[in-house]
Amino acid sequence: MMDDFASETDSDYTSYWRDWFISSRGNEYFCEIDEEYLTDRFNLTGLQTEVHYYQHALDLITDVFDLDCEDDMRETIEKSARHLYGLVHARYIVTTRGLVKMVEKFKKSDFGKCPRVHCDSQPLLPMGLSDVPYQKSVKLYCGRCEDIYNPKSSRHAQIDGAYFGTSFHNILFQVYPALIPQKSRRRYEPRVFGFRVHAGAALARWQAEERTDMRKRLKDANIGLDTTKLFIEDIDGQDSETNEEAIIKANTVEVPPPSTTVR
Amino acid sequence: MPEFDPSDMSATSSQGVDSWIAGFCNLTGHEYFAEVSEDFIEDDFNLTGLQAQVPMYKEALEMILDVEPSETGSSNLSEEEEEEEEEEEDDEEGLLGEELDQPVEGAQNGGNRNQNRRNGRTNSDTSVIESSAELLYGLIHARYITSRPGIQQMLEKYELAHFGYCPRVYCHGTKVLPVGRTDTPGQETVKLFCPSCLDIYTPPNSRFQAVDGAFFGTTFPGLFLMTFPELDIAPAKKRSRDNGATNEETESILSPNEAAQHQGMTASRSSSLTLPSAPLIPGVNTAKDERAAAQAAMLAALPPQPATINGVAAQNLAPGLGRSKIYEPKIYGFRVSERAKGGPRMRWLRSKPLDLNELDEARIYHEKYGGNVDGDPDDEADEEGGNIEDNEEEEGDGDAVMQSASTRPSSKRKGKPNSKSKAGIANVPGGG
Repeated sequence: MMDDFASETDSDYTSYWRDWFISSRGNEYFCEIDEEYLTDRFNLTGLQTEVHYYQHALDLITDVFDLDCEDDMRETIEKSARHLYGLVHARYIVTTRGLVKMVEKFKKSDFGKCPRVHCDSQPLLPMGLSDVPYQKSVKLYCGRCEDIYNPKSSRHAQIDGAYFGTSFHNILFQVYPALIPQKSRRRYEPRVFGFRVHAGAALARWQAEERTDMRKRLKDANIGLDTTKLFIEDIDGQDSETNEEAIIKANTVEVPPPSTTVR
Repeated sequence: MPEFDPSDMSATSSQGVDSWIAGFCNLTGHEYFAEVSEDFIEDDFNLTGLQAQVPMYKEALEMILDVEPSETGSSNLSEEEEEEEEEEEDDEEGLLGEELDQPVEGAQNGGNRNQNRRNGRTNSDTSVIESSAELLYGLIHARYITSRPGIQQMLEKYELAHFGYCPRVYCHGTKVLPVGRTDTPGQETVKLFCPSCLDIYTPPNSRFQAVDGAFFGTTFPGLFLMTFPELDIAPAKKRSRDNGATNEETESILSPNEAAQHQGMTASRSSSLTLPSAPLIPGVNTAKDERAAAQAAMLAALPPQPATINGVAAQNLAPGLGRSKIYEPKIYGFRVSERAKGGPRMRWLRSKPLDLNELDEARIYHEKYGGNVDGDPDDEADEEGGNIEDNEEEEGDGDAVMQSASTRPSSKRKGKPNSKSKAGIANVPGGG
């Protein structure tokens, strides 16, 4: 990959480094950082200490690199440039312009879709579990089930999570609340010959009570439940937790639900 | 069902490497399938009712068993039945839909033999038989994997991780099991059930999106876990981490740095905490020891935990759920409030009580309404569980715990006596 690049830029300076970077295989999660953002030194505060050959790496990213050097050296600088790009990327994507770009990618499902069956292929967002580099690889956040998943492909699983950061996906939903997917109460019920498995069913009942508690907490705090439904299954204007069973039945039509659980 | 004389067939059949069944299971996308033993297929009882579901049933069965179409076999069919069969074929053509599109290379050797059938079958007939054979094999397979030899075979496949791993981060690479959402063929593709979070996922590879879920059935994973209750479903990584070694397979999920990091952390953590539900909070490095200590203190304050709960070993009950295994959204290190518009609303889905006694519904019921699970005189009424809620702020002092213990169950359990009587309890006394 690196050799490709080296030979390419040596002969042909019209292809920009950032273009090449975001279009190369495995880097589908990244968006292109504006030139202006990169050239404003304020945005790069503190990165000098994080990145080796900082100045050369920055030159490479901004396509003004003109140092004659050994291939080994070039490779090192190249590596640094990618690391630097990732770190700046984490800062850029929480800016207004960066968010716009990431929203576009989100809408195109560039980050993949939620593997959870009941999330109905909800588009995911990349995120890190740490803002410090070299700690955790990138994970994918689903706005519908509010859980995080490992990327399907191993080439994505190697990306550093710090290149996206711990805050980006939450900020995105704060800035664009319209993109928050409607939550669902639908869930999977383990069954054996049509009978719910007792251990799972008992846990599900306990979780349903947790949910009822949450609903009550939100109601007590007067959080706009009148205008928006908390869960997509809610019937307008009423607390439908009581007909929970009916909804579960309606959503699992495959097996006639018996009223017994098995141990 | 007079269609088949097993003794005739067993003479000619042999389950070799190039058998139809082996070929089918070796196809790309068929990695989840177990090889159904011929003994199982040859037992008519195991095929009860399938004749009505599969067009060209007899031919399909012959193909599966690699049996030369024999005059003796077909003469067992009366004229009427044969007509009936032809009608069914037309009726169920639509039902096949999905299967018809599947690759059928594996069926070639069987198909060739059918070329010189007595009726001189055409090519289209052969493809119908091939798809019928796949449908029939799938339906038999769904039954087979719930039988004793079949579930054993699936155990081997499970242990070799043929079905893959849970994609959920906090399940830490738990091995999953194939499951169907319906037992009717032609409706939904196969899904994967994770015993660690009790949820189902779409297989990561699109080649499995051509496999019918009914070929695995709704029952299999549940029955599997009941059949092997001693199986440790906790992920390989977590287990090996306890031994101080990192598992190769799960390591690929992480970057090398990350794996190294994990190993580094193991030492410090395992020394302070030896409980199986030791909190693992990835990404929160600051004050981890403090939090861990607080968690340990809280766990120590719990009443004695049951070894098994509701028929499942405690460490096998959704080990990927509960406190510290729920993703907590944060912005610049600050938690996003539940009251925010985009605040967390789905934590319930991944929560689990810290005190597993809370899930012992029968005991709680009998404490409230009297009586005993076994119908004996009540002798464990004063075993009261401290209720520490997963979602709530940690309660520091003992008084608060006591208080919640006395108030919570009554308020929470009220109005649900139905679900208790549903739970199959023999002795249900009147409300107390």
